[in-house]
Amino acid sequence: MYMQSLKISALLFIFLTLLLGIAYPAVVTVIAQGIFPHQAQGSLIERGGKVVGSKLIGQDFSAPKYFWGRLSATSPQPYNAAASGGSNFGVNNPALLEAAKARVVALQRADPGNKAAIPVDLVTASGSGLDPDISPAAAHYQIARVAKARGMRYDDVKSIVDRYTQGRFLGILGEPVVNVLELNLALDEYAHAHQGKP
Amino acid sequence: MNLSFNDWAQIALYFAVLFLAVKPLGLYMAKIYEGERTFLSSKMGWLERGLYKLCGINAQEEMGWKAYSVHVMVFSTFTLLALYALLRLQTHLPLNPAGMGKITPDLAFNTAASFTTNTNWQAYGGESTMSYFSQMVGLTLQNFVSAAVGMAVLVAFIRGFVRKTAKTIGNFWVDMTRSVIYILLPLSLVFAVILTSQGVVQTFRPYVEAHLTAATMGSDHKPVAVQTIAVGPAASQIAIKQLGTNGGGFFNVNSAHPFENPTALSNFLEMLAILLIPAALCYTFGYMIRDTRQGWAILIAMTVILLPLMIFCASQERGGNPRLTQIAAIDQSSGNMEGKETRFGVVNSAIWAAATTAASNGSVNSMHDSYTPLGGMAPLLMIQFSEVIFGGVGCGLYGMIVYVLLTVFIAGLMVGRTPEYLGKKVQSFEIKMASIAILVPLVATLGGAAIAVLTAAGKAGAFNPGAQGFSEILYAFSSAGNNNGSAFAGLNANTPFYNTALGIAMLFSRFWCMLPVLAIAGALAAKKSTPVSAGTLPTHTPLFVSLLVGVVVLVGVLTYVPALALGPIAEHFNMLKHLHS
Repeated sequence: MYMQSLKISALLFIFLTLLLGIAYPAVVTVIAQGIFPHQAQGSLIERGGKVVGSKLIGQDFSAPKYFWGRLSATSPQPYNAAASGGSNFGVNNPALLEAAKARVVALQRADPGNKAAIPVDLVTASGSGLDPDISPAAAHYQIARVAKARGMRYDDVKSIVDRYTQGRFLGILGEPVVNVLELNLALDEYAHAHQGKP
Repeated sequence: MNLSFNDWAQIALYFAVLFLAVKPLGLYMAKIYEGERTFLSSKMGWLERGLYKLCGINAQEEMGWKAYSVHVMVFSTFTLLALYALLRLQTHLPLNPAGMGKITPDLAFNTAASFTTNTNWQAYGGESTMSYFSQMVGLTLQNFVSAAVGMAVLVAFIRGFVRKTAKTIGNFWVDMTRSVIYILLPLSLVFAVILTSQGVVQTFRPYVEAHLTAATMGSDHKPVAVQTIAVGPAASQIAIKQLGTNGGGFFNVNSAHPFENPTALSNFLEMLAILLIPAALCYTFGYMIRDTRQGWAILIAMTVILLPLMIFCASQERGGNPRLTQIAAIDQSSGNMEGKETRFGVVNSAIWAAATTAASNGSVNSMHDSYTPLGGMAPLLMIQFSEVIFGGVGCGLYGMIVYVLLTVFIAGLMVGRTPEYLGKKVQSFEIKMASIAILVPLVATLGGAAIAVLTAAGKAGAFNPGAQGFSEILYAFSSAGNNNGSAFAGLNANTPFYNTALGIAMLFSRFWCMLPVLAIAGALAAKKSTPVSAGTLPTHTPLFVSLLVGVVVLVGVLTYVPALALGPIAEHFNMLKHLHS
């Protein structure tokens, strides 16, 4: 019985490897690349023939003229999309509180007049370290700073923010979000289009 | 209760859709296992028959419980060794465009044990350790077969109740092959394609280089102008890791990664996939014993334990991190967002955390280590209920039925009658085997954690200071000792000590539950059926459901309260102490 069992195990392993380890992913790849090629390759964003990022993968922005995203705990640099990771700080970890305080200081320093409360997603690290989104509240908190740094009207920035704000799926699922990379690229394009105009 | 209307709506919608799927899928699976024709028989039948022919399987052969067990063990051992070899040889195998390096012996052992036991604990980061070949050929295959083995053993167990004075409980090869061909493979194929529509990647191209709009700063203070974006054949693996209660992610952060779980819709479907088969198998069970009330009763008992803990977890996380409220400038109305993704928020993170630990899935969409102490205790406790609340595909339900046997035994003791379940007398041998199946995970969990905190190598793994560090260790051994696979991921687990200790715990729990269950199946099948009498305890009533819930909760709580008091509960008071100082 043992030898027979071993023989069947080995054969079944080989043929199931061919079926599930090779044929199955290959078939999924062919179908996915056929119907959803853009998504299957990573929802990449190109500008001038160059890949500048992925719609789904956040990037690190720290200049006042850009909207800032979530904190990222990846190493060696934030938003390292080759090594995702969260901070894993427990709620009592002094490092968590330090990181939040430092972020509060940085946000307030970049925007001294802003006395509004800072939405918590701006001072905490995401689970993936690659979160592409912030909450609409977090975007609104930053509009005045971005407008000032770019010499734009508040309402012009706000209308771009609104355009990149996405509600819940079917009004129920998930949370409303603003995609930070798309928003910042749109702001740069706006600046490009309005160059030299008041 | 601090939950919003939308929070409640999302929880309600989740259970509504899940329960709607139970009967159709459960009925379909029952027909597959009973060998009836289904709509897929004509399309996939050739594949099933072809596999039997190629592998020399006699589909008509019937096996006793000992033969069935031998085949389970030989097959599992063979695939374990094969996966170990494949991982060790990664650098010599094809499809490694990102140039992943060698895998150490301890990590390869841990990973092989982990995926063979359907635990899918990951001591490695997918995108920084595994080649496409290792992920696809090694791990995806194991995702399928470890799930199928669990389902096969469940079906054999159910036959123990169905058959009367029989010597056999089915054919392992047939039960396993059918689970793969007619259930796991078609569901995964459809699900994988749906996932790519949402943005889950499925490609064999190398990692993408993106030229950044604004350069970022590395820890060495040099500007970084290029973002290397890891991609790969992820959707095909994610579909089965969710459906087969495996949980091993393609990327390090699992389904928190935007390429693994990009949208609210992908998140909803992945959460459904976690509980889909374990829930539907309850109906399969009821149908196969020709009394669907029994299946529903078990499903209700499972839900009665899961739902309150899920709501508790969501509520704790909704309340935010009290320590952050000490920083006046922060608005925490969206809850404790450390380690959580914006698109999911706290409620979807909490639904996932509770579901993935109820089922022995173990995938995550948020970092459990960063939950509030009591919020994080909910998933830990779900694991510590021995993974019988939904549990793994197949193994969750057979574990729960073992608890049912224990419950009828306790009830029988109370009234002084020989306990019986579904017409089968539950006697000394069955209860001894049930006790082994129940006690081994408890010993593996607490024994492992005790060894870890007594050794320097074990203590070195803790990441967060204080009680949270102990919770990380307790969570790791709970996860391995109950074949879950999720983690308080701060723990530095990729060390020879943890790789070996957790690997052993996983193997121990998986097979020392499976073998006693098969022994019970054999013993029950051999018995004749006792007719229902006035003294028979009905097992589909609210009274019995309460008894069952009571036994599961009591065993879990009595076993783990002391350990929980040293971990999450101590950390909770630690937090309060800081608030008032």
